[in-house]
Amino acid sequence: MIQADSLSKAFGKIAALSEVGFRARDGQITGLLGPNGAGKSTCLRILSTVLRPSHGTASVGGIDVSHDPLAVRGIIGTLPHGAGLYPHLTAIENIRYFGLLCGVDRATLARRIDRLIQRLDLGDVADRKAGGFSQGERTKVALARALVHEPPHLLLDEPTNGLDVMAVRQLRKWLQELALEGRCILISSHVMQEISALADDLVIIAHGRIAAKGTPMELADRFGNRDLEEIFVSAIGGEPS
Amino acid sequence: MMSAILTVCRKEIFDNSRDRRTLLTSTLLGPLMGPLLLVVMFNVSISRVTSSVDQPIDVPIIGAGYADNLVAFLASRGISASEEHDLASIDEAISAVRNGEEDVVVFVDESFGEDLASETGAHVSLVYDESDTASDQRVGRIRGSIGAYSQQIGNLRLLARGLDPAVVRPLIIDNFDVSTAEERSSILLGMLTYFLLFATLIGGLYLATDTTAGERERKSLEPLLATPVPRSSLILGKMGATAAYMLLSLALTLICFTVALPFMSLDELGMSTSFNLVTALIAFVVLVPYAPLGAALMTVVASFTKSYKEAQSYLGFVILIPTLPLIVAAILNVRPSLALMAVPSLSQHLLITNLIRAEPIEAPMLAVSFATTLLLGALLAYAAVRLYERERILG
Repeated sequence: MIQADSLSKAFGKIAALSEVGFRARDGQITGLLGPNGAGKSTCLRILSTVLRPSHGTASVGGIDVSHDPLAVRGIIGTLPHGAGLYPHLTAIENIRYFGLLCGVDRATLARRIDRLIQRLDLGDVADRKAGGFSQGERTKVALARALVHEPPHLLLDEPTNGLDVMAVRQLRKWLQELALEGRCILISSHVMQEISALADDLVIIAHGRIAAKGTPMELADRFGNRDLEEIFVSAIGGEPS
Repeated sequence: MMSAILTVCRKEIFDNSRDRRTLLTSTLLGPLMGPLLLVVMFNVSISRVTSSVDQPIDVPIIGAGYADNLVAFLASRGISASEEHDLASIDEAISAVRNGEEDVVVFVDESFGEDLASETGAHVSLVYDESDTASDQRVGRIRGSIGAYSQQIGNLRLLARGLDPAVVRPLIIDNFDVSTAEERSSILLGMLTYFLLFATLIGGLYLATDTTAGERERKSLEPLLATPVPRSSLILGKMGATAAYMLLSLALTLICFTVALPFMSLDELGMSTSFNLVTALIAFVVLVPYAPLGAALMTVVASFTKSYKEAQSYLGFVILIPTLPLIVAAILNVRPSLALMAVPSLSQHLLITNLIRAEPIEAPMLAVSFATTLLLGALLAYAAVRLYERERILG
């Protein structure tokens, strides 16, 4: 489980995140929804311990991110904005590097990489250097890299960016499978439709604050409108005039 | 901890071995540039020195007709009056030298014969360009020969008056040059240490950039920082890889020097060098602590930069830093001492100079050099770890 309590983060005088609180349950996909610059990445970066909160607390699997960041990093898999692969390494080498860094032993690692390559349909590019990958291939390899140590928590920052329709559908299927395995998945997006088809819970964030949260159904009830996009627009304060 | 450091180190070494640019700089640029440059510089300076000593000089002598004996004397010393000039006055001679048409012109005064006969001091003018170092040797030879002629006549005059020429030479300077051939070569070979330090640093330049600013630029730093590996292990692994490439570059450079030095005709300059495989090996050992220091320094500097390009331009300057103590050493002509061994890069320079002079390296000096270099490296490595613990490192 991932929990944030009045999480705030300021860069200098700019408040990127103020008083954000939510909970992402195990076995569920929680969508972090908001326009660009709303603070989604900042929030995910705090949870993955690469940023420290200015105020408030956050915990992953019951471990406080400020107190024991190293332990938190051991139980999360991250897919940051932009896959960030090493262009001179092959898909397998990219995945293996992170597996070794996470302390997975070589025999187990080889087995898992085989399985991930199969599952994510990466057979064609497994031994090719990442420098020439398409956006979709990069995202898949980065996802495999995030899964290689079988983390119970997944933090995915706009994973569907740059993917075509088919790739998005496939990704959605994998994420649902991963949730069924009992993992806690937190996924950010600024695209309403993607999240609506996927998330069990929604956290709508705008200008660094929580604008609304609940299941898609609850939100629809509250805003008296069943179209999620309308909910999104009214939750973040209406369309710009 | 240790295994994570090794994982990072191995990955960076392997990853960068696939980068042609990295391989070229650390296996070709650094290792070959120094030795090639040194061989060329040596052979050019040797050919200049030897050629000007042996070769006859052709020099325009204006008013050669007023001083037949002087011209004949000069000719006997390999300095012949050039026929191919149309210079008539000292002003023309000055402009010819200034324009670079001639590098030296001799002007004999019209009254030369009379003044010589009347013993009032006959004038011979030398027109040359002091800033033109290429003509130094020729000017020196001509001046020396005219001076010799003058002295010869002076001696004859004294003898004609029944005086011993030694009367006007109360002091006789005897020169005893105690420098050995090895020592004379060390002046020029002092540059060798500079090339060694340079090759060491340049060998790690691309890795230091790629593993820091490059990692940030291609956005692989964030997932890396989110792995359960302490920042210190990440940094030490990266520095280890950088240092490994530096040592590779250094080893190749030493091999190149060992191969190239026999091609330098040092003995023609009255120099010799005891640079062989054993000296190369000792030089390598002396320089080993320099690699982690350089790697740490570069990593710290690159950590402040935002992009690959920025990192490279800063590191270009960093490569110059180690040369500063070397320049000071060259100006002050310092001798090795325990205190100086505390200055990294200067200590390595002095120790290797000792090595080239075929003088023994004292163990305490080597120990101090090792300790201070490694200590500074450790401090910089600590600084790099602290820098990576800041969240601003994500850029």
